[in-house]
Amino acid sequence: MATVNPPMEAAQSDAPSRTGVWTWLTTTDHKKIGLLYGGSAIVFFVVGGIEALLIRVQLATPNGEFLSADAYNQMFTMHATTMVFLVVMPAAAAFTNYFLPLLIGARDVAFPRLNAFSYWVFLFGGLFLTSSFFLGGAPDGGWFGYAPLSSQLNEVVRMDYWALGLQIVGLASLLASVNFITTMFTMRAPGMTLMRMPVFAWMALVVNFLLLFSLPIITVGLIQVFLDRNLGTLFFDAANGGDPILWQHLFWLFGHPEVYILILPAMGIVSEVLPTFSRKPLFGRSFVIFSGIAIGFMGFGVWAHHMFTAGLGPVAEAAFALTTMFIAVPTGVKIFNWLGTVWGGSVRLATPMLFSLGFIAMFVIGGLSGVTHSVAPADWQQHDTYYVVAHFHYVLFGGAVLGLMAGMYYWWPKITGKLLDERLGKIHFWLILAGFNLTFAPMHILGLNGMPRRTYRYPEGLGFEFWNFLATLGSFLIAVSMLVLFWNMFRTWRRGEVAGPDPWDGRTLEWTISSPPPEHNFDRIPVVEHEDDFWYRKYSTADDGTSVAIDPPPDMEVEPEANIHLPSPSFYPVLTGSGMFVTLMGLVYVPWGLVAVGVGALITMWGLFGWSMEPITREDH
Amino acid sequence: MTTETLTPQDHGAPDMDNMRKIAMWAFLGSECLFFGSLITTFLVYRTRVGDGPSASDVFDIPFTSVSSFILLMSSLTMVLAHYSSVRKDWRQMRVWLLATALLGMVFLAGQVFEFTEFVDHGLTVTTSPFGSSFFVLTGFHGAHVAIGVLMLVATAFMSYSGRLSDGEGMNVEIIGLYWHFVDIVWIVIFTVVYLLQV
Repeated sequence: MATVNPPMEAAQSDAPSRTGVWTWLTTTDHKKIGLLYGGSAIVFFVVGGIEALLIRVQLATPNGEFLSADAYNQMFTMHATTMVFLVVMPAAAAFTNYFLPLLIGARDVAFPRLNAFSYWVFLFGGLFLTSSFFLGGAPDGGWFGYAPLSSQLNEVVRMDYWALGLQIVGLASLLASVNFITTMFTMRAPGMTLMRMPVFAWMALVVNFLLLFSLPIITVGLIQVFLDRNLGTLFFDAANGGDPILWQHLFWLFGHPEVYILILPAMGIVSEVLPTFSRKPLFGRSFVIFSGIAIGFMGFGVWAHHMFTAGLGPVAEAAFALTTMFIAVPTGVKIFNWLGTVWGGSVRLATPMLFSLGFIAMFVIGGLSGVTHSVAPADWQQHDTYYVVAHFHYVLFGGAVLGLMAGMYYWWPKITGKLLDERLGKIHFWLILAGFNLTFAPMHILGLNGMPRRTYRYPEGLGFEFWNFLATLGSFLIAVSMLVLFWNMFRTWRRGEVAGPDPWDGRTLEWTISSPPPEHNFDRIPVVEHEDDFWYRKYSTADDGTSVAIDPPPDMEVEPEANIHLPSPSFYPVLTGSGMFVTLMGLVYVPWGLVAVGVGALITMWGLFGWSMEPITREDH
Repeated sequence: MTTETLTPQDHGAPDMDNMRKIAMWAFLGSECLFFGSLITTFLVYRTRVGDGPSASDVFDIPFTSVSSFILLMSSLTMVLAHYSSVRKDWRQMRVWLLATALLGMVFLAGQVFEFTEFVDHGLTVTTSPFGSSFFVLTGFHGAHVAIGVLMLVATAFMSYSGRLSDGEGMNVEIIGLYWHFVDIVWIVIFTVVYLLQV
């Protein structure tokens, strides 16, 4: 850091070292934690991607011999669990961590050590889940863990790994949601009213409320599954009066808000990218925000559309069919707002813009096939077929993942100070778009022709061969496109074009500071006078509505503030997290694992005690 | 809102009290759904007793009414503790904090006694879905009370070293929020589980 900032330098001089593993282990800087989340998400994306490729190899030909039925069950369970909980959620958390404070003009989140703790708990949870492959077999009961598949004790540990792993990853998200909600309510820069918050921050707020209210429900369900397996309770034991349908309700009452938890961050990113590359404000900005809020509320009222074939009766099915059709309305509103933003703008087709447009197109397809599911009788036909697989990959891959990729290309120069190569970026975009459609579009046809999900092989002569082969081809094209991305990242990290503070002619506060941002983010906390504040410092609006650059351009260099207080690094979050990891490992292997439970509990208590006794800022009061 | 409240970090001293209060409210919002799910499970299973005892076979309403009353009274002492902390009367605050903790512990002792009685009557977590959901619901509530007692005792002792007065350590008002919430949950549990019998 070359910024002249005497108090900062003085504060740092007593820290033992500013680089290396120890810094990352003890960091409480929201930007570093964001990078940790992002890096972990990429690693888990590779893991989940390999699992997907193994599935596709098995299904490439009829009567596949590549995987056993047992291995196949583990693959589809872990592919979904990994992609949902260890890839898309932490990738969204990475952007929220890194950019939420920058977007609202803050120096960090409300509770920096809790933030670090959330990350470590998430990472240990992910390692815990993945380690099951080497410790007796991975979970094999589906990512939804339907009882009694998850609650009966037909094998020893597999679904224990699943129940405990999800529990702990959920705890990480719950703590993070409390943290972010508090941050957004208390740490906005002067003049940054709630309605002036960037749309990405708004979507993050909705997401974190969804996490806050949906995670405790799955927590209870997972506790019940774990107790059924290990203590002999009868929650989901139909032979003794328990009710497996209750599990489905608890799971989907969490699981459907979860769908919006996965997609809303991507919608927020796209709502930042489209205005920037169309050089127009977001069309109907408050409408987009209120649609996001509406989705948040309505997301809790549609869960039973996952259970149309469970036998809920015509009244419940009709009610949930209607709410499901209604929730398409706020989503549709957003689509039209995005189109209205691009309409008539001076559009630059840079890579982030391409991914955003791809997001809109693919998400519309996934949304429309989703509406076909809301018609209960039609859903009876589609349920558990590849049509459903096609649908949710169009919203989660075509939607969430493409949106997150747009965010990565958009914010990469801010994070690293280097621009990603545009040519390679465009190759990546077209390859992944082609590969994605080649993989998942045929699944619509397969599903409507009756190919069931979660079966590890299919016989010859049913007309499934061609489309399955095409899908496998497409999945490898996606893998190749990812290699292009990794090569691009590696190359530009080494010798990329220097980005400067504002490479895209951005609209929001993060573009007012250097790339990468200094540790304290803002030399002075900005005073906000307008939504898209930075844009209106650079441009005035002429009478005919066009933007006219203000001459001379605004000088963003300000005299740094004296006495900036930053949270000190802390060793206790990672210590507490590791204690919980040891406890979990012990819980899988009750009774002799109770020793590990004890040891882990002691480490956790040591961490919590040290944490509560540690002063919060570097300076002495 | 003034600039002052919007940028606490602008002045080097984050407004930690306000942040913690909002964080605690958010957390309690989450807890509503946690207990809501447990109570719902119980309502689904309350008549599924199998061959085991039913609610009316084991519940001792007068006894549980007394222990519920004791827990409710602890909310009063908690309010008095908070009131003392606002007046910076640390000695009285410690007295009321410890009184609250004591009432909480009496309630927990009552719960332990009740549980052993039920087990003697043949109701355990493995007897029936009713037993499973009853013990898991009231057990998690008891765990919340126990954590509250720990926080109360820790705060009382931390105030001896003067940590509370300069804003470090846990804030009495925040523990109060938690404690009242746990009390309110018990009012719901007592009504729904004990009083609403078939």
